[in-house]
Amino acid sequence: MSTDALVDFNEALTRYEPALGFEVHVELNTKTKMFSDAPNEFGDEANTNVTPVDLGLPGTLPVVNGKAIEYSIKLGLALNCSIAESCRFARKNYFYPDNPKNFQTSQYDEPIAFDGWLDIELDSGRVIRVDIERAHMEEDAGKLTHLGGTSGRIQGASASLVDYNRAGVPLVEIVTRPILGVGADAPELGRKYVAAIRDIVKALDVSDARMERGNVRCDANVSLAPIGADKLGTRSETKNVNSLRSIERAVRYEIERHAAILDAGESVVQETRHWHEDTRTTSSGRPKSDADDYRYFPEPDLVPVVTSRERVEEIRATLPELPAARRARLSAEWGFSEEEFRDVVNAGLDSAIDETVTAGATPAAARKWWMGEISRLAKDTELEPTEQGITPADVVEIEALIAEKKINDKIGKQVLQLVAAGEGRPGEIVEAKGLAVVSDDGPLLAAIEEAMAGAPDVVEKIKAGKVQAIGALIGPVMKATRGQADAGRVRELVLEKLGVQG
Amino acid sequence: MSAISRDDVAHLAELAHIAMSDAELDRMAGELDAIVDAIASVSEVAGDDVPATSHPIPLANVFREDVVGVTLTQEEALSGAPDQQDGRFKVPAILDED
Amino acid sequence: MTNIISLSAAELAEQLRAGSLTSVEAVNAHLARIAAVDDAEHGVHAFLHLNAEEALAVAAEVDAIRAAGGAEAEALHPLAGVPIAIKDLIVTKGQPTTAGSKMLEGWVSPYDATVIEKIRAAKLPMLGKTNLDEFAQGSSTEHSAFGNTRNPWDLSRIPGGSGGGSAAAVAAFEAPLALGTDTGGSIRQPGAVTGTVGAKPTYGAVSRYGAIAMASSLDQIGPVARTVLDSALLQELIGGHDPKDSTSLPEAVPALADAAREGAAGDLSGVRVGVIEELGGEGYEEGVKARFDESLELLKARGAEIVTVSCPNFKYALAAYYLIMPSEMSSNLAKFDGVRYGNRVLPEDGNVTIERVMGATRAAGFGDEVKRRIILGTYALSAGYYDAYYGSAQKVRTLIQRDFAAAFEQADVLISPTAPTVAFELGAKLDDPLAMYLNDIATIPANLAGVPGISIPGGLSEGLPVGIQFLAPAHEDARMYRVAAALEDSLVKQWGHPLLSEAQDLEQAVAAAKEGKN
Repeated sequence: MSTDALVDFNEALTRYEPALGFEVHVELNTKTKMFSDAPNEFGDEANTNVTPVDLGLPGTLPVVNGKAIEYSIKLGLALNCSIAESCRFARKNYFYPDNPKNFQTSQYDEPIAFDGWLDIELDSGRVIRVDIERAHMEEDAGKLTHLGGTSGRIQGASASLVDYNRAGVPLVEIVTRPILGVGADAPELGRKYVAAIRDIVKALDVSDARMERGNVRCDANVSLAPIGADKLGTRSETKNVNSLRSIERAVRYEIERHAAILDAGESVVQETRHWHEDTRTTSSGRPKSDADDYRYFPEPDLVPVVTSRERVEEIRATLPELPAARRARLSAEWGFSEEEFRDVVNAGLDSAIDETVTAGATPAAARKWWMGEISRLAKDTELEPTEQGITPADVVEIEALIAEKKINDKIGKQVLQLVAAGEGRPGEIVEAKGLAVVSDDGPLLAAIEEAMAGAPDVVEKIKAGKVQAIGALIGPVMKATRGQADAGRVRELVLEKLGVQG
Repeated sequence: MSAISRDDVAHLAELAHIAMSDAELDRMAGELDAIVDAIASVSEVAGDDVPATSHPIPLANVFREDVVGVTLTQEEALSGAPDQQDGRFKVPAILDED
Repeated sequence: MTNIISLSAAELAEQLRAGSLTSVEAVNAHLARIAAVDDAEHGVHAFLHLNAEEALAVAAEVDAIRAAGGAEAEALHPLAGVPIAIKDLIVTKGQPTTAGSKMLEGWVSPYDATVIEKIRAAKLPMLGKTNLDEFAQGSSTEHSAFGNTRNPWDLSRIPGGSGGGSAAAVAAFEAPLALGTDTGGSIRQPGAVTGTVGAKPTYGAVSRYGAIAMASSLDQIGPVARTVLDSALLQELIGGHDPKDSTSLPEAVPALADAAREGAAGDLSGVRVGVIEELGGEGYEEGVKARFDESLELLKARGAEIVTVSCPNFKYALAAYYLIMPSEMSSNLAKFDGVRYGNRVLPEDGNVTIERVMGATRAAGFGDEVKRRIILGTYALSAGYYDAYYGSAQKVRTLIQRDFAAAFEQADVLISPTAPTVAFELGAKLDDPLAMYLNDIATIPANLAGVPGISIPGGLSEGLPVGIQFLAPAHEDARMYRVAAALEDSLVKQWGHPLLSEAQDLEQAVAAAKEGKN
């Protein structure tokens, strides 16, 4: 459907300097909504998580969720913001069927957090500081389902259905200042910035941070100005770009689109754009008649939120180590290569490895198991590695069993599978299933002799000094002992028997 | 203060989502003009040094515990709905497409 | 029967307690009176909805508890069994709530207002819902979508507004008590023109949860009654902190009835009563001024010191009010769009989009006065005008609060006429919104500042009631009740009877009206 003219990304950047801006909405994971005591739950039957307040019934009044205030302050602090000593809620007036009061209770000129920043490290190692103008509290809208159109789109729909379960869910909207001087890094910065916000809210445990459920949503503003210009260009605001990959793509697309418009000597229209994941394009949003005049005014039904400096410090003291600081520390402590460390972080396994190391494993062993066998199991089950039922303690236990030579690596993997299958803890499994490596050499020697008898050519090679040929004997021995033999011990015994030096 | 024109009223009626006939717009413009004339004096009364009062009685930090309360049933929620389908409120098309 | 309906709520409660009367008898007496005088075409038309069945069931329950005696009877609220009428702006389960608007015709709330929960818990039988200007916007009850209410003193005159229904019901002895809401005088001004008592508590003293909002920072639910003591008793019942209203005061309900009894029994030595210079003089009818001056004499005779105070910024109160009220109201009434509840109207032509449906619904559902104010409020909040209008009005509000603070340095309570005129003829000001707005000139400052106010009958002018208003500092409702009860006592002693006993024979007047017009 899109017929936008585009200019190649790299070419565009030879003539234009992009400026970015992001508005990220984070749904808080409080038990109840922002202004009502209805449950803040995703996925329940339509219009059941509502009180008269959430439907905007006549006569109802909002009451602020104290927990949501605490979470917002936490988030503000994590974004290096100042916390307002006093702030108020304001009404943003616009009509829309998912907006039950036809005004959204938000904050206008008095956000709870302001003047913060976040350092974003790109793959190249370049660090870009993103200035955060404000983080303010507001409420989410209900959910619309469009009927009669194609693939549930609003375009062409004959009617829409409204579920107000999400109406009133607490949101924090984080607004950046214009981000300049990023050049070709713009798309990556967009992705990394939103990922950083997601990781922070997850670490703070103030949001479930599941982008596929809309817990973290991003509006991306893009504008281009000729290189060297001292004024920003006209921006477009691409709404609801809700995966990390789409943010990167949307930023790139808008740069290519703006460049084509500017190249043609035309002006970019300041407007809302919608991101389409299927076509990977944006399309013009309907210019809304209300959009130019929200008639903000202080919410008379709510009183100011006053936060003492003591309270700010009290909350600051409860902040966990934040993702960036933690990564820097872990990277230094673990001694992985840069690439290894990045892979761990991208796999989202830094926490699991950290916990495993804390529980007693070496960083290398922890990494080996989480990035190896457990990740492989995860792929098979389509669950996260951390959702396999395997705990850091299990990994430590398996490592200990190997160190004691009770089992070998191969058995270790087998044990992990059984742990994941819910058969018990590693020690119990080894015991119950008789998986301990055979340490009595009697049965092992019999198996070795049998193997050697079956492969006289191999025996000759070993005798001739080709020690690595032992590998051909280990297979049959393992087979005969159902894998319980320790490969190292088999090697020792073969060499001993043949009188060859290893 | 400038007078309220008929076009102003038309714009305001659009913002307020109230359909108005031409006759109604004309009448409303006249009435509002008179009212605004009578009340415009407030803009000249208070100087910059006077703070605004949004709440008559000063209170602060009125918060609720984060504890789930009683919700409406779906039937109660939809009891006043002009139109509904599948447990949801039904509304006509949002976009105006010809 | 006449005897029962003429009892005050306190007297009725006493008889119920003593067993000389049952609640069912009391409810039936009032229902009979309603049947006799409340005809929509020719009568008072105070009620929009009658709740006879439920009221009688609650009354029977109270009677049964009393008859059984014991702890449960002991635990009954003092007003248990005393019937009450509810302004139809306050939501009630099981009874329709229309707000006097076609928008909500037929709508039944799935929840009760906090004040209704309290009334149910105290077991006051609710007689029904009373008429009002649409969404409480008006000063005459002529802006009701369901026909106007008539003043029991003269059926051709307005009963005040917006709570004309509640005031008229109490004045017409259709109910001993009623609930009202007061945003700019909607309890006090109808009280004044119907010869009844109406109080606007300190902002936040009574929960607003379940009162359909007009202007959130000005609205307050309050009692409507025939005596100051009854008003105090009802305010004690409905008052108190409510966690569902963030602007609800945290403090416990003061002993208002005790204050009223103390005022009625004692003198006013040491009490300074401040006459507000700006609320009198030009624009106030001679008869109103005369009754007001007489009240000052009576207060003096009772030991009060009369002082004059100046509130120079009150002259801007009306203007500030007519910016703040419509601004907040335009936002509060945005929710009436035909999506979730209320009546949906389809556009006559063009595509049926939700945008057009909302426009048609609001065009058909709201009356002219509501539309006028929504447009005015939208204007005052809109980009480019906010600072000049809404912002400036909020500053004037600060100045008015300062005026009050200074006045209360010099006086313990303030006094003024409640309304500049007695009840005017129906239709007299319907075409002149500005003239209509002037009815609230003396009552609005209290709403802007959040202070409590009460209107009590101060005598007659040209055969129609005049109201006297007392204002006290915020949180000092008890002081207001004490002084008001003292003046009431002096006035009633002087008259030799309550003012309302001078009203016309209403049943006869209604019968004549029916006769004449049929």
